[in-house]
Formats: sequence, structure tokens, C-alpha cells
Amino acid sequence: MSNLYVARNPRVAARSLDGEMMIMSGSDSTLFTLNKTATIIWQSADGATPLEQIVRQKICTEYQVEASEALRDAESVARNLASHGILQISEQPILHGAAK
Amino acid sequence: MSDLLFEMTEKALAKNIPLSVQLDLTYRCNERCVHCYLDHEDHGEMTTAEIKQLLDEMAEAGVFILTLSGGEIFVRKDFFEILEYARLERQFCVKLKTNAIMIRELEAARLREIGVESIQISIYSYRPEVHDAITLVPGSLKRSLDAVRFLKSQGLRVILGNVLMVQNMQDYQGVRALAEEIGVECTLDPTITPMMDGDRSVLKLGVNQNALREVFRDKALVGDVEEFCAIAEPADENGLLALPCSAGHTSCYVSPYGDVYPCVQFPLPTGNVRQQRFFDIWRDSERMKEVRSIRLKDLTTCSSCSHSGSCTRCPGLAFMEGNMRGPSSQDCEKSFARTGIPSANMLAKKRAPANLVQIGVAPVSPVTQPSGAIA
Repeated sequence: MSNLYVARNPRVAARSLDGEMMIMSGSDSTLFTLNKTATIIWQSADGATPLEQIVRQKICTEYQVEASEALRDAESVARNLASHGILQISEQPILHGAAK
Repeated sequence: MSDLLFEMTEKALAKNIPLSVQLDLTYRCNERCVHCYLDHEDHGEMTTAEIKQLLDEMAEAGVFILTLSGGEIFVRKDFFEILEYARLERQFCVKLKTNAIMIRELEAARLREIGVESIQISIYSYRPEVHDAITLVPGSLKRSLDAVRFLKSQGLRVILGNVLMVQNMQDYQGVRALAEEIGVECTLDPTITPMMDGDRSVLKLGVNQNALREVFRDKALVGDVEEFCAIAEPADENGLLALPCSAGHTSCYVSPYGDVYPCVQFPLPTGNVRQQRFFDIWRDSERMKEVRSIRLKDLTTCSSCSHSGSCTRCPGLAFMEGNMRGPSSQDCEKSFARTGIPSANMLAKKRAPANLVQIGVAPVSPVTQPSGAIA
């Protein structure tokens, strides 16, 4: 069972455009767009809710997908976003929380 | 513009979303630039609370890129409170325009901490006697350049914004060299904007046709001169249906008093955020809808002009000349300086061209050119 926690990096700029998040990296102004699943993860990434719970409550209820497979995909997405400085990830709750 | 931003802009256009807004926080300023189009008296600026409310509404409306400008933004005592709210509470991508003379190490570090996309700083010359004579503030060039270095040392993206006019015509290459030496970007804009009250006397500060022709043939600025100065085919059927610019389509401007306009250079009042919600003005204003309805085919003189396929006609400048569907003489003059072919407007008026245009400049290494490159 994954114990990953995710938090939005408050240094990025972000806006939802027609259901998809536009994100601009705070470090190098690179622009990203997130697909609908990644957008759900981003919007739920408060630093306190485990990724597993986000997947179970927000993704599996939205899409016909096996929970374990969805979690694997979500972890991959989260690590990818973290590599660009868009999300913070940790094995522990992220106490400083995410951008509102 | 990156492909992704272009894609997002197209999506915003289709969904009627104001992707980009310039918000002037104040018209007060600590410089008195000879070419400035603003009235610097405070006629009732929005309060901190009003601006935060507006930022809430803009975020809700989908605004992503927020340019904070003025006047001089740092003369507002609540500037950092507003910036922090915009960035950290509402996640705007924030660009700043400033003369930077109030930015020292402390302010630069704070900007780095909060995070801004870029800071454009007005630099009119590399020589104090020229720059300071334009700002009318002794020592202003030194203070602005000190700030450029403080910001650069924080790793922030800095752009020197230069306005070309009679006073500094000989200095733009020196400003570019200075930018290159410091390692920041540089833009050049020969547009002198009429005063917001309609007074056009400042236009006399614009450079003349000969100077403009020289600038347009400066390889360092325009790249391939032959290509830049080539005569393009007039607009075809699709071109005639094209939008004039982003004003009122995916972008707009809000004054320090809450007035909403299609663009900072298009002073057509469409509503006030003290009386209506921002998005209601954006979506429902009849004037905004009128601006939005105009296509090249609707322009009385320009639709049949030989430059219609390549002209950078500014609808706001046309509006300030008296007709938002009419020509913008400054852009006619630009096309003329570039190609040597008079515009339909110039032929109709049968007069010698005046002297104002708008261009961008080629990038200064090692950084890239901001949006708004030579068109």
C-alpha cells in the first residue's frame, strides 16, 4: 500500500481552463497542461490526503478503473509532476500544505 | 509564443475566457517621463480589499497571466500584500512592469521568494544624461540599473523595456549592449501613446521616417532585413476574417479606478468593477462585444490596403484617432517605413507620413525574446 502524500507547489502559477489545469513552473516559466486525471490529483493535492485516498475517492469513482492500477498510474503522474517542481511528494503528510 | 500557450489561447478564445489581464495598480509615479500618457494624480484608486476582490473575480473568470503595472507599482504601500495574494492565494502567473528605482536587495529577494514570471524595467538609454532627462529624475538610471543587477542576482527574469523617441534615438544599440553585458533581455518600442484624455501633443516625441527606416534595417534588431521589409500579399479571404489582436478577445485592461477597457492602449470604457463583477463586464458589455465583432473585412480603409496581409494595425490607436474600424496612422507609417509603399490611408489623406510605429527586437543572448516580437 502506497503512503505517498502530495502537495501543490505554491510557487507555480495555475489555472483551470475548460477542465484542464494550466501550470507554469515557478523556476523556469515552462508551461504545462495537465490532463483530466492529473488535474484531479493536482486539485486534491493538499499535503494531508494520501494519494491512495485521492485515487479511491476522486478517480475510481469517476473512471471505470481497477484501484491498484489507478494508484500505480497516479504515483507515476505525481512523480513526474514532482520532477518538474509542480508537486511536492513525501512519504509523510506535508505539513506546510499546498497552495489554496 | 510557445505552441502550448498558443493552444491555450485558442482554447480561451473559443470559450470566451480572458486569459491575460493588465491591471494598473496606480497612476502615481516617482518619475515624470516626458512621453508618459498618464495623469499621475490619484483620483480614487481601488483599495487593497477592492483589488483582492477583483483578483478573486479574475481568477474565477479564468485569468491566468496577470501583468501588474502603473504608474509605478512600488509606490503603493500594499504592493507586496497584493502581489503575495495574487501569487500565493490565487496562483496567477504574474509579470511586473516598473521603473525599479525602489527595488533594492531586500525587495529583489522578496520578489524571488514570492515568484514572478518576469520584471520589465524601463531603461531609455545607457547614458545617465539621456535617461535621466527623459524620466526627469536625476540619478534614476543608476538606481534602475542597480535594481536590474539585484534582480538578476536573484535569478529573476528581467527585461529592459526601451521606448524609442527623438531624445534617445542614438542610444538603443547601447541599451542592447548593456542588456547583453548584464545578461538580461531587451525590447524596443517606438510607439508613443496619446494621453488618455486624448491629448496627442506627446506624439511629437516620436522618431521620424528616416530614423525608422534605419531601425527597420538594423539586422541586429529585425534579423533578416530583406524578409522583414518584404511586401506581403494582401489578406486573402481567410485573412479578412482574422481577429485584429487579442484586445477584448482573450485579454483586457483594468485601471486603478476599476475601469475595464479592451487594452491599456484602447481607452474604450466597458464597465467598472466597483459596480459590476469583472466577468459580467467581460462577457456582457455591449462595447466589449462590439470590439469582439470586428474583423479585418469590416475595416473601412484597411480591408482594401496593400498592407492588409502584414500590417500590425492597433485597433486601440485607431480608436484614439477617432474610429475603432479606421486606420491607425502609426501603423500605416510603420508599414511605409518597412516597405516604402504608402498605405491606403496615407494615399487617401495624400499627406506625408508622420512618424510613429511599434516593433519588438531580436533576442539578446543568452535569453529568449518575450512575446510580441517583430510582426
